[in-house]
Amino acid sequence: MNIVKLSLRMLLRDWRAGELHILTLALVIAVSSVATVSFFSDRVQRALVLESNQLLGGDLLITSDNPVSLTYAEYANQIGLSTTHLVRFPSMVSFGDDSVLTSIKAVAPGYPLRGELKLADPSTGEERIARGIPEPGTVWVDEKVMDALHATLGDKIEVGATEMTIMSLVESEPDHSVGFVSMNPRLLMNEKDLAATQLIRPGSRISYQLLVAGEEPQVKKFKLWVKNRLSPGERVVSIQEARPEIRSALDRAGKFLNLAALASVVVAAAAIALAIRRFIQRHLDGCAVMRCLGATESDLLRLYSYYFIMLGMAASLLGCLLAIFAQEFLSYWLEKLMEIALPSTGILPAVQGILTGMVLLLGFALPPLLNLRQVPALRVIRRDLELANMHSLAGYAFGTAVLAVLFVWKAGSFKLGIMIMLGFLLAVILFGLFGWLLIKLFLLTRPAGSGPWSYGLANIRRRAVSSLIQATALGLGLMALLTLTLTRNDLLQDWQARLPENAPNRFLVNVQPDQQEQLMAFFDEHAIPRPQVFPMVRGRLLQINDRAINLDEYPDPRAKQLINREFNLSWTDTLQSDNEIVAGHWWSEAADPSEHELSMEEGFAETLGLKLGDRLGFYTGGGNFTATITSLRKVDWDTFHVNFFAVVRPGLLDNYPASYITSFYLPPDKASVMQELTRLFPNFLIIDVASVIERVQSMVGQVTHAIEFVFLFTLLAGFAVMYAAIASTQDERIYEAAVFRTFGARKQQLARAWAVEFAVLGALAGLFAAAGASVLGHLIGKYALHIAYSPSPWIGVSGVLVSIIGVTAFGLIGTRATLSQPPLQVLRK
Amino acid sequence: MARKLAVEQVAPVSDNEQPIIQVNNLTREVYTGEDKLVILQDINLQVSTGESIAIVGTSGSGKSTLLGLLAGLDIPTQGTVFLDGEDIFKLNEDERAILRGRLLGFMFQSFQLLPSLTALENVMLPLELSGTDSAREIAHNWLVRVGLKERTGHYPRQLSGGEQQRVAIARAFVTHPKMLFADEPTGNLDAATGAQIIDLMFQINREQGTTLVLVTHDKNLSARCSRVIELVAGRAVV
Repeated sequence: MNIVKLSLRMLLRDWRAGELHILTLALVIAVSSVATVSFFSDRVQRALVLESNQLLGGDLLITSDNPVSLTYAEYANQIGLSTTHLVRFPSMVSFGDDSVLTSIKAVAPGYPLRGELKLADPSTGEERIARGIPEPGTVWVDEKVMDALHATLGDKIEVGATEMTIMSLVESEPDHSVGFVSMNPRLLMNEKDLAATQLIRPGSRISYQLLVAGEEPQVKKFKLWVKNRLSPGERVVSIQEARPEIRSALDRAGKFLNLAALASVVVAAAAIALAIRRFIQRHLDGCAVMRCLGATESDLLRLYSYYFIMLGMAASLLGCLLAIFAQEFLSYWLEKLMEIALPSTGILPAVQGILTGMVLLLGFALPPLLNLRQVPALRVIRRDLELANMHSLAGYAFGTAVLAVLFVWKAGSFKLGIMIMLGFLLAVILFGLFGWLLIKLFLLTRPAGSGPWSYGLANIRRRAVSSLIQATALGLGLMALLTLTLTRNDLLQDWQARLPENAPNRFLVNVQPDQQEQLMAFFDEHAIPRPQVFPMVRGRLLQINDRAINLDEYPDPRAKQLINREFNLSWTDTLQSDNEIVAGHWWSEAADPSEHELSMEEGFAETLGLKLGDRLGFYTGGGNFTATITSLRKVDWDTFHVNFFAVVRPGLLDNYPASYITSFYLPPDKASVMQELTRLFPNFLIIDVASVIERVQSMVGQVTHAIEFVFLFTLLAGFAVMYAAIASTQDERIYEAAVFRTFGARKQQLARAWAVEFAVLGALAGLFAAAGASVLGHLIGKYALHIAYSPSPWIGVSGVLVSIIGVTAFGLIGTRATLSQPPLQVLRK
Repeated sequence: MARKLAVEQVAPVSDNEQPIIQVNNLTREVYTGEDKLVILQDINLQVSTGESIAIVGTSGSGKSTLLGLLAGLDIPTQGTVFLDGEDIFKLNEDERAILRGRLLGFMFQSFQLLPSLTALENVMLPLELSGTDSAREIAHNWLVRVGLKERTGHYPRQLSGGEQQRVAIARAFVTHPKMLFADEPTGNLDAATGAQIIDLMFQINREQGTTLVLVTHDKNLSARCSRVIELVAGRAVV
């Protein structure tokens, strides 16, 4: 017997007879929602990375103290990446009697590879996007240079040994915020003029940079290639490393999108499990007949294995096809809305979709299939013979295990995957137990009378197992959706809270102690709320545990760089709101005041290999001091507040020369205030992060849109579960309707009784879901996304209401046709 | 294989002919909690090739259980059943399934047609399971033979009871089984349709030389059989 051929024939016959529609629908929705979410979030994440790379001017940046090896650019070009190089250094420029320290950037054609350089017309302030780079012999400068030099366009300024003409006024550069050089007034020139300036001399503080951009796989390949070849002093930077606040926004968005995909997997799994249950019930007789006709157990197993593999492949391919269309449509819509181009995606999401479909189908179909082959042939004469363990939980154990693997895979984190899986597993058990108790309760309190209420409840009692499975599956699906809703709200709120409209967008550095009062008066005068001011002492780390630091012991270039740099040491009584102690303790009352305590940022400590109890020796302008690490802090860098790697207990540095630093929000309409500030406090270093904040805020807005879309799609999968749940008792219902109608029940009476049944099922599922989601939402918020969970009773209440209304509506629509079948036709079957 | 069998309550079989069905001391008990319920007790039976046997009795007398045991669909508490010389309870479940595919045809009171298959595909199924080539053609011929030429593409739900049982007859005979087991084949049919089905069944039975074992309440049907075995409370009465 050619089993494969027979399987295909059976499959086609079952399809034609309408036996597979629900299962196929559930599968197609599962695959297409998972694949769409994957496709879509993949594209959005790529777009966001590209978008954020604009802040770097490229996808990757290699910086070096010496000219970057030519082989890097050669290799990058060879694998299809575009490159350009630049040289950054500080230098004085002068015009007439005026001179100013500027940060010079000598660029080559191609700059910037990502993002745009904007120029402004000094008279009208009109912005335009620069084409190309400054011509040789010319420079582009920012307003600060013009102001400081009292120069205008067309003036020739001295740059090193040469004179160059100011051709344009720079409004903004994409890579403005990279590195510390960004504080100075800025000047852009053509690299061809570098030699003429004679500014590049041994010992000059020069940073050579190579910018690289292109398709993601090539960029990754290049990063990997170049990492192993870096010589000391060379460093690869991607935006994640350059701007931690963007990394954490991207991380959260990615995690959430993955969660959304996971939710659609759970919802789809519930739909598939229900559909398979119905399939098995409807195929019991056929299997018994085939056993009678000579089919062996292994024949049946093989027959249905091939059958499901073929069904799974067909449905998965269809789902993928749909997903490709859906995400194209979504992307088209989103591109318009978000005003960004979504890069195209690879084949991986399609593979993920197909794998998900197959794994879900086989995970939930194989265990009952193994039972199906054992169907007693005697069932052909004795209809009461059922499969022994049709309803056993063990049957779903395999599916659940398979789901766990999917979870870990999709969550991209073992911990998160297992946590969600255990959450759902526990939910199934609790739902089952509570549901059983509740149904038993209905059994005990059998209501008197013959109204729809008592018929409806009687139906639930009669179909106790089916009802329980329906309510649990619906509850799970709904729980996934509600969890997603809760998490989404928390995430959005969290972002809003982190980056409110008035997030600090200017940093003031180098505020002298005697200027504090004057500065506060300045803020008051201009109706700007007084910001918090932090003291700062600059120090160099010299010793760890009384041993002088040997740079050679730190192979990590970042660690080397950190040690080489001067530390900004600060002190404060109270822990800042965006700081959290993760090890040790904040200043203890009981501690010996002579014991100098220090709190270190955890990532920083990790890079340097520091731990609690380590004694650090610092050198500052005012002398040396030693302090012991008594706590490690986690710092939320994406709040744009002033934060420090190292904070000491107040008192320790009182006698050391300190300056102050602060950050504040400057509304756009008060931009002119800055000129006055510069005039009043010429020694201040002003860092303008408005453009970075704007970029992050717009990214958050974009991610929010993406999340809304993905969420909608998961909701669609929820409908499939409802449909599958209703269909799973359809056959019983058809028969029951025929019997009731034979005995004179009117359609309306039956419909009412069913409405009660569906409403109770909906209420059960809704209650399960609301309870489960509030716990799971809390866990995910706390452990996966690290955001505050705000319990929202309204979401729970509306979840229950939506569940009741949804299940009842779906149920009644789904069973409408059932009521119209002539009873005799049904009973004669 | 030489067998010495205690024979009682059986029709005479000539010595040179090996019975196609040989039942020895067949007993089937079930336990409901602590209580033992004897459904069949000590049944001995021999059926020759080509014979037609009607098993009759009241509801609960054990008729269907006996049929199930004879066809190897159920396992006895004790006793043996030889089909075409094969001790079927020495075989495992799969081997019995293969034997059923090779030797037996079935008809059921509720027809047991697969609802997702058309009439033609239902008849093709046993041929497909046994890997026969040209299953479609053979099945089609059989449907023509049972008078359903115009109904081959119909689903069971689109056929009347009589038509469904005709499809079942075609499905039962399509593999040329040596034995046909029928459980109340006219039980779901009105008298006139039942009579037509009986005629058709016996006509094909004669042409094919099939051995017929059927369980029935239908007096017309049992009267057409060469032998009637009545079961009373699990015991056979001639």
